[in-house]
Amino acid sequence: MAEIVAAAFTSHVPAIGVALDTGHDQDDYWRPVFAGYESAKQWIAALKPDVVICVYNDHATAFDLRLIPTFALGCAPEFRPADEGWGARPVPKVVGHPELAWHIAQSLVLDEFDITIVNDMEVDHGLTVPLSLMFGKTEEWPCPVIPLAVNVVQYPPPTGNRCFNLGKAIRKAVESFPADLKVVIFGTGGMSHQLQAQRAGLINAEFDNRFLDMLETDPVAATRITHTEFLRESGSEGIELVMWLVARGALDDEVETVHRFYHVPASNTAVGHLILENASAAAAE
Amino acid sequence: MTPANARPRHEWTPMTAEPDYKDIPGTFVFDAEQSRKGFGLNQFCMSLRDSTNRDAFRADEAAYLKRFGMTPEQERSILARDWNRMLELGGNIYFTAKLAATDGITFQDLAAKMTGVDRDTYRAMMLAGGRPIEGNRSKSEWEGR
Repeated sequence: MAEIVAAAFTSHVPAIGVALDTGHDQDDYWRPVFAGYESAKQWIAALKPDVVICVYNDHATAFDLRLIPTFALGCAPEFRPADEGWGARPVPKVVGHPELAWHIAQSLVLDEFDITIVNDMEVDHGLTVPLSLMFGKTEEWPCPVIPLAVNVVQYPPPTGNRCFNLGKAIRKAVESFPADLKVVIFGTGGMSHQLQAQRAGLINAEFDNRFLDMLETDPVAATRITHTEFLRESGSEGIELVMWLVARGALDDEVETVHRFYHVPASNTAVGHLILENASAAAAE
Repeated sequence: MTPANARPRHEWTPMTAEPDYKDIPGTFVFDAEQSRKGFGLNQFCMSLRDSTNRDAFRADEAAYLKRFGMTPEQERSILARDWNRMLELGGNIYFTAKLAATDGITFQDLAAKMTGVDRDTYRAMMLAGGRPIEGNRSKSEWEGR
């Protein structure tokens, strides 16, 4: 059967992609950010997942105000990196896994998560920056990627609890797929940041580190964080952190921490990064 | 059912007329009210993803804006590049950022403009750990600023 063995959580700041694409990743400003992902790259290269499910949000790229799906699963054979106004990122096209994606979509609907199915979609920095951070510069991504877009642009995003439970449903769906596939799920976005209006630049390192602690040891506590608490404490765009709870919900209750990293700033944002493996999987190694 | 599949329950809170997030200072939450107001403004910004549209906008900004059914106030805020006013009138930052990109303004410089400081001051604040949460949680903390 297919199995989700681990989750990687990371911010997806667009400026990180720009820094990498324009060769500024070893500048004084960016070197500490990229250094924080070195062991993650080694970890995932050794793990060799067959498929990545990447939970991210679209930033008014594939979806505008005409259509606002709360959860949308990319079932296409491939996804082109989008031009977000400064040219498409020079990264490989994202190859999907339609068989597994369609299987997950069908399973979710029958499990009462009414997912939107997407068969033609461009993907923006929300998806490609995490791939770059985890896989580095490459001619092609090392495995197929299933995009799961979560609305966090139009208020209200889904609750943290709903995201967590979606992760559990995704896990069930994956485990009912007949082929032997090793799956890693990415939860992306955040950490604390506010991009808009007079309070832009807000960073709350204490909130962020408490959130990382909760993901490690008490994720159900994180599912109880209200929308207003996210908006107030982690900034109006920090609410992207609900997406991390999808990935966390897809893991065991008990997990082992492989890697944890926190850095301020990347442009307007606090960068957080965490890798968790199922305790059962870690024990079996 | 295994414990890993047990779903935690959530206590539902109804939407109220005056949501508690309205107390957050210097912030426009992009809720239903803002989204309804800002549909035309945001769809205008979205149109700037296309280079042909960017050229048409640059050639005659005022004429181009007429395509989107905005209010005169919204059109004025765009022509004046009054970034906070755009948000107040229903703009969403991910959409207005496309206008900024059209103007060649980076996200960090856009943030500096919205906070009323110059680029270097804003960048220095971020390098020093960002805007602190202390003193920035509630509108009452901003009174008299």
